[in-house]
Amino acid sequence: MPDYLSPAIILLIAAILTAILRGYWRSIIVLVAPLLTLWAVWSVPDGVTATIYFLDYQIEPVEGSPLRRLFATIFAFMAFAGGLFAFRVAKWQELAAAQAYAAGAIGVCFAGDLITLFLYWELMALFSTVVVWCGGTPAARAAGIRYAIMHLFGGVILKVGIEGYVIHTGSIDIQPMLANNFDTWMILIGILINAAAPPVSAWLADAYPESSPTGSVFLSAFTTKTAVLALILLFPGETVLIYVGLYMIMYGIIYALLENDARRILAYSIVNQVGFMVCAVGIGTQMALNGAAAHAFAHIIYKALLFMSAGVVVYRTGKSRCSDLGGLFRTMPLTTICGIIGALAISSFPLTSGFTTKTLISQAAIDESLAVVYFLLAAASAGVFLHAGIKFPWFVFFQRDSGLRPKDAPWNMGLAMVLFSALCILIGVFPEMFYRFLPYPVDYQAYTTGKVVFYLQLLLFSGLAFFLLLPLMRRTLTISLDTDWFWRVFLARIARAGVSAILRLTKAVEVWTGTLISILLNRVQNNFDKPLDTEHSWRTIFSRAQPIGATALWIALLLTGYVLVYYF
Amino acid sequence: MNNTDNDHWLARPSSIRLIWKVSIVVLALTVLAQLIFKVKAYFGIDGWFGFGAVFGFLSCLIMVLVAKLLGFVLKRDEDYYRKGEPDA
Repeated sequence: MPDYLSPAIILLIAAILTAILRGYWRSIIVLVAPLLTLWAVWSVPDGVTATIYFLDYQIEPVEGSPLRRLFATIFAFMAFAGGLFAFRVAKWQELAAAQAYAAGAIGVCFAGDLITLFLYWELMALFSTVVVWCGGTPAARAAGIRYAIMHLFGGVILKVGIEGYVIHTGSIDIQPMLANNFDTWMILIGILINAAAPPVSAWLADAYPESSPTGSVFLSAFTTKTAVLALILLFPGETVLIYVGLYMIMYGIIYALLENDARRILAYSIVNQVGFMVCAVGIGTQMALNGAAAHAFAHIIYKALLFMSAGVVVYRTGKSRCSDLGGLFRTMPLTTICGIIGALAISSFPLTSGFTTKTLISQAAIDESLAVVYFLLAAASAGVFLHAGIKFPWFVFFQRDSGLRPKDAPWNMGLAMVLFSALCILIGVFPEMFYRFLPYPVDYQAYTTGKVVFYLQLLLFSGLAFFLLLPLMRRTLTISLDTDWFWRVFLARIARAGVSAILRLTKAVEVWTGTLISILLNRVQNNFDKPLDTEHSWRTIFSRAQPIGATALWIALLLTGYVLVYYF
Repeated sequence: MNNTDNDHWLARPSSIRLIWKVSIVVLALTVLAQLIFKVKAYFGIDGWFGFGAVFGFLSCLIMVLVAKLLGFVLKRDEDYYRKGEPDA
């Protein structure tokens, strides 16, 4: 591949071909293009490979580094597994949009400058919205519009920051910065909006669960994790991120505990998991950044796996509310087992990928003597086991017998789930193999008996707490209000009040101008419109008759005068 | 709706009782394991005997209670946002 072309180009072309081609050819494109991309990702060398001069800017469309390749690898792999999961049931619009969306994510991975980053960033916003819309319901359409507004808004903020940064520093290079002036704050906020950080975390749980059973698998992977990558590249060690991350962790747990919809539980737990990564970027040491990158990698796999198992359930039953589900393990053993593996991995259970990656972040907190952060992360691990590790599989697959006897997953969905389950366990059992790909050298022993005992106590007693506290967690047919209430209800009410006030005002103005006009018309009528009767005396000035002879005389005089002047 | 003898073995009351018993034994073992395998204390308190178990349990208790309390304020009917919007 030419070295000025980003590996993202392969998936972009594939997206177009997916839209054009039909049948087998489309399926082949969906499955082969991500693998080609994987090859292209691994042939990108370190450093900037090409520079293009555009206007006065030095554009670097491709810049490689171990960190960038790590993220691009998992994105390409995700595009493959997602395609495998989706290709037999998803609409072509969704498949094509998902590939363009993945292309945007991979483009961000290799963007060497802020302008390239921004372009791919917006590509993601655009096509992820299409994926949400492919949910096909009126609710999906409305959620997609809210999603698009949020991301375009975030894009504008990011753009404002980039513009300011370029003007004030003269550089469009992607390099570590600190949020210490308006420009860098805008960039940070623009990125954090995509990471579903407070106060706008609500967009994620609003939009993702409305997409199709296959669409949510794609959505779970790209947007928030490219934001994590952008944070690692631009804001490592920015202390405010520690607090933002901790807030996201707790927010995700609490809202997931309140939630009834299975896919929305998983959506809240994305915010929770991204919180771990954001917190790690805030700590900012090599160990922490390794942890953030490793956790993002592992998270994409197990979260997609969880969304796949939920997707199979929605696909087979058409239901996603915990209160409608239950007892599905009888007829869906494969989906149940894969769902449980994903749930154990997200809970960082020993021998799963969550354990070997999340503990890197805890270790970073220990190394920096951040006791409060460490204990909050430990409490959050317990909370993750509570809301995602047990709550999700328990309410969907066990609980009571809902009477539903759906078939297990179709072969392609099953294969995608088995593939990702195997990866969860592989990274969990052989962490050293995976640690080699991290951006910084790893000097860390994932498994010590003491740590395993500690985590087993922590997690298993959380499990005990879950079953003892079950009466407190009865499912209710409810949703939970979030900050989006302010724009979905409060601002909407203000807008409606404003519109009706304007309507009333225009009506008043109409009445008022109506009277004014009729008064004027009367006047005009009085002056122009009197009937041409014989009574000249009372005629007004404009309607008075003048004899034509006087006018003719005056014209003749003027012309004569003109001729005389001209002649002499 | 189902005859408990014909149902999946996991759903039978006898197996559920067995699972509880096994789980309690496993829970006890994870705490007792600390007698043999030393848990490294990074901040003093986390090396105490059974700290992980107590900390995990209490964390979950607090989170569930906080969620429950917030639920009284935050929970709304499922159709909350759909009211007055016939097409969405």
